[in-house]
Amino acid sequence: MNTAPARRTEAREAVPAKWRAFRRTFRKNWELYLLITPVVLYFFIFDYLPMYGIQIAFKNFVAAKGIWASEWIGFDHFERFFNSFYFDRLILNTLGISLYQLAIGFPIPLILALLLNEVGNRHFKRFVQTVTYAPHFLSTVVMVGLIIIFLSPQNGIINHLIAFFGGERISFMTEPEWFKSIYVFSGVWQGMGWSSIIYLAALAGIDPTLHEAAKVDGASRLQRIWKINLPGIMPTVVILLILNVGQIMGIGFEKIYLMQNDLNIESSEVISTYVYTQGILGAQYSFSAAVGLFNSLVNLVLLVLVNRIAKKVNETSLW
Amino acid sequence: MKESVQDRMTLIVIYILLSIILLLVLYPLIFVVSASISDPLTVSRGEMWLFPKDLSFIGYELVFANKEIWTGYANTLLYTLVGTAINLVMTIFAAYPLSRKDFAGRNVITAYIVFTMFFSGGLIPTYLLVKNLGMINTMWALIIPGAVSVWNIIIMRTFFQTSIPNEIQESASIDGCSNMQTLWRIVLPLSMPIIAVMILFYSVGHWNSYFNALIYLNDRDKYPLQLFLREILIKSQVDQMAGSMDLSVQKHLMEAEAIKYAIVIVANLPVLLLYPFLQKYFVKGMMIGALKG
Repeated sequence: MNTAPARRTEAREAVPAKWRAFRRTFRKNWELYLLITPVVLYFFIFDYLPMYGIQIAFKNFVAAKGIWASEWIGFDHFERFFNSFYFDRLILNTLGISLYQLAIGFPIPLILALLLNEVGNRHFKRFVQTVTYAPHFLSTVVMVGLIIIFLSPQNGIINHLIAFFGGERISFMTEPEWFKSIYVFSGVWQGMGWSSIIYLAALAGIDPTLHEAAKVDGASRLQRIWKINLPGIMPTVVILLILNVGQIMGIGFEKIYLMQNDLNIESSEVISTYVYTQGILGAQYSFSAAVGLFNSLVNLVLLVLVNRIAKKVNETSLW
Repeated sequence: MKESVQDRMTLIVIYILLSIILLLVLYPLIFVVSASISDPLTVSRGEMWLFPKDLSFIGYELVFANKEIWTGYANTLLYTLVGTAINLVMTIFAAYPLSRKDFAGRNVITAYIVFTMFFSGGLIPTYLLVKNLGMINTMWALIIPGAVSVWNIIIMRTFFQTSIPNEIQESASIDGCSNMQTLWRIVLPLSMPIIAVMILFYSVGHWNSYFNALIYLNDRDKYPLQLFLREILIKSQVDQMAGSMDLSVQKHLMEAEAIKYAIVIVANLPVLLLYPFLQKYFVKGMMIGALKG
């Protein structure tokens, strides 16, 4: 009990001292504060103000009244969303596509990097890298355009091939059961090279003496990949995995929206496209803000959770 | 040391796997290039597999004759130039102070910025904000929201911290350089590689983006290239899948077929041309990001 007032005076003295130190550095570095001001303002306006705007999810937003004056209605929009016919479908599609993508799209760049790392021929290695990085620079529109061109039932090369071997032509883009595979594998095609760069960088950081020692001990190449390279890049892998899992409900809008059509909608409608069609096109601002908020919260919780697990298991974490 | 037979075999399997991956990625790219200079009818019948067949430049002629494509091209060029310039300035403004150890408050500001990576207001509040700011249907809606990327700030800050010796900055300051002079005369000239990376990341991003234009722009004469591409490459195809076909429609479709490949090439030309020269920088940027990631 006695120590409490003592601590308080201590704090009172500490604050001005800190304040003075800050004033001193401010006088010396005022230009730096000037530089960063527009950036701080930018994040305030375009990231924190919209967070303030989230309240419309709990309101009946009327444009004429503005965000503040619209009336509160509590969780009505959330209830409507959870009870809606689309809820199960949206969650299943969003999760389904994400998990599918994680299962296929996450390991492939890792494997590609491990393979590339073994290549001794510089020219071959560089050529493979140049080619596999290139699709990363195609825009989403062009990428989806290419998917449609190659999978077209009448003119697409894939269907010509199927027909050539006597198969039945498949209308890939309009069959719901094909949607997720097309999405995931085209993503692998476009992104595997680029995503492998991080692993290659990590592999380059592995101490070569480990390999020398293992060779002397008679370890085979495969054993060295498995016992030296893979554990060596594990921290990088874990961090990327955390980031990916944190994004599980945040499946991107851009590509899915372009790949959607009326016939495949039952397996292609995800939360982000639903928010767009209901909110922007349908002008149901409050309702879709609620849907979006639900999505962001789930993402945040997942990220924190996975990060905590990773910290426990692997002692690698984001923060 | 001699390689064992097993290691030999492993290496051979690795080369085979990589060659398969190489072919899978390369084939569609070559196909598009070849198809763009082949007769559209031959291509759509599936008679062209790899090399151009029945040489024809009709696709390119149609692209060059299409006024909207050039409108889109000019708009995209404008948005990319202005947008990238703003991006670059903002990124430097953020990254330089945050890279300085004697910048009091850097941890608070870093947390303030990084938090936006993990939680955001979402599409609708952002849309309403842009609307309230009166930026709908102007180029600013495509440039100002997204004026700086958190990830790129971190990459650039890391570069400033690790690649520019602190002693140089300190001795400059002792010699009477102000902070601005240090940044302008010492730090930036030493940062050209990372500046190149930033210009590339941001400009490719602007060149390829369509989403902001889709939600914020109404006038066709303001559309960027990607929105016109969407109409030609995607919308027309969906109509084709849905609609029935008589002869006149088929002729029209042939034209759409012909233009598709050529426009993919034309749209990606700037990036495709620059890419081989700049690959080194892109990779470097990714690696600096990976250090911190």
